[in-house]
Amino acid sequence: MRPLTPVAPGTRVVLGVSFFVLFVTVWAAVTFGGLVPKIFLADPLQMLHSGWVLLTQMGFAWDIGMTVWRVAGGFLIAVALALPLGVLMGAYKPIEAFFEPFVSFARYLPASAFIPLLILWAGIGEAQKLSLIFIGSFFQLVLMIAVTVGNTRRDLVEAAYTLGCSDAGIVKRVLIRSAAPEICEIQRMVLGWAWTYVIVAELIGASSGIGHMITDSQALMATDQIIFGIIVIGLIGLVSDMGFKFLNRWLFPWAQLGR
Amino acid sequence: MKPQPRNPNPMNHFLSIQGVSRSFASTTGGTTTLALQATNMTVAENDFITILGPSGCGKSTLLRIVAGLDQQTSGEVLLDGKRISGPGADRGMVFQSYTLFPWLNVLDNICFGLNERGMARQEQLDVAQGFIKKVGLNGFENHYPKQLSGGMQQRTALARALANGPRMLLMDEPFGALDHQTRELMQELLLGIWEAERKTVLFVTHDIDEAVFMGNRVVVMSARPGRIKLDCAVTIPHPRSYAIKTTPVFMELKAELTEQVRAEVLAAQTAMV
Repeated sequence: MRPLTPVAPGTRVVLGVSFFVLFVTVWAAVTFGGLVPKIFLADPLQMLHSGWVLLTQMGFAWDIGMTVWRVAGGFLIAVALALPLGVLMGAYKPIEAFFEPFVSFARYLPASAFIPLLILWAGIGEAQKLSLIFIGSFFQLVLMIAVTVGNTRRDLVEAAYTLGCSDAGIVKRVLIRSAAPEICEIQRMVLGWAWTYVIVAELIGASSGIGHMITDSQALMATDQIIFGIIVIGLIGLVSDMGFKFLNRWLFPWAQLGR
Repeated sequence: MKPQPRNPNPMNHFLSIQGVSRSFASTTGGTTTLALQATNMTVAENDFITILGPSGCGKSTLLRIVAGLDQQTSGEVLLDGKRISGPGADRGMVFQSYTLFPWLNVLDNICFGLNERGMARQEQLDVAQGFIKKVGLNGFENHYPKQLSGGMQQRTALARALANGPRMLLMDEPFGALDHQTRELMQELLLGIWEAERKTVLFVTHDIDEAVFMGNRVVVMSARPGRIKLDCAVTIPHPRSYAIKTTPVFMELKAELTEQVRAEVLAAQTAMV
């Protein structure tokens, strides 16, 4: 193996799949082989079986739908507000100087620590879940978008000025256009973090959602159901990640060139 | 032929640079560095001027001040009698670095300035097509900048600047990053376009061949702090072909300018020690 030498696409898929196979094999070996008691770790077959029961008899699909709705809702509100603020901060330095210190501070506030406050302010309904995801993703989004927009190549900005571009035109036609693929990439990353917050939000004071199912299963010591819930989250994460990558490639073919 | 000091014709001040200097505040505090000494220069309309000098002599700074991208510390620049206070579409610029917008294809890059002006799309396309033909990029309209060679990117940049119909063209070592053969082809291309359109050009370079081949006037700048050391006319008639590079007139002028620039490079090196 030589550093940075690319791998053939076929080999890449084989290698990627084989780790999943290895993972499940080890899991099956330790559970079926009796190395780990069932009470700590369910075996893969039992996990699949209880997953099927969850989906067909216990309305788990509804829980999945609720969780997806919460993540999407909270994340979309965060994006809708972070996008204009981030672009303005990246483009106009006084605006950045005004907001940046606070946003940098707020970004390090642990979102999950807000749960008690949010329950107090917003109750235990959907508003509390959405606000937690909002807090968890908004500040990260703003800061990363601002940095990306602010890093726009200066020579492109100068070229646009010599072509008669106005200040507003620079923001609209150069800064945003040039930062767009990176902003899409930022959203993909932060959406991944939003998924971790939604589960935390559902562990406390929820009556539906994947996190709620996991808490219920904890009380029953049903490790098979917990693992199934975790895997479902992983799969949804994988799908949304691939969706974003595909969207990025489709929207910004130019950014893929020369990579 | 000896370089002749040239008296600018006071009746034809298309571009007039009056006592323009530029100093930079040192980042460590304390003294300021003078990059460009108070400089006077006038440019006649439709003239092709090359500014020649060693790197770091402030020639790019001077060009950027004319473009409105940099602010002079003293003095002023007048274009057609009007004071330049910022960048504008009347002064098109081609940079040394590749500055095509990577998210636009060749055609849309050329349309950028026209679009900004609110020209109808069909009219934009007609104008752009004309310049694509002039710079020889037929068939590459839908390519993105990253799919083009350096020479083709600079052709597009030239077309983009020209399509905007500027009063003058500012070129900051536009062929500096190209290989030697491509650079010579680009010089002929630009000269051909200038001979056809007679647009006022201010062309910064450190390549003596390039300065003599392209310019009607070569302005030599001294080592930092920059000032105009020599301003000489190139009397070789147009149209010029690459073959003139081997004529005695060309060689003589080149030899003389080589001496002048060499002295400045040496001076710059002594100053650094």
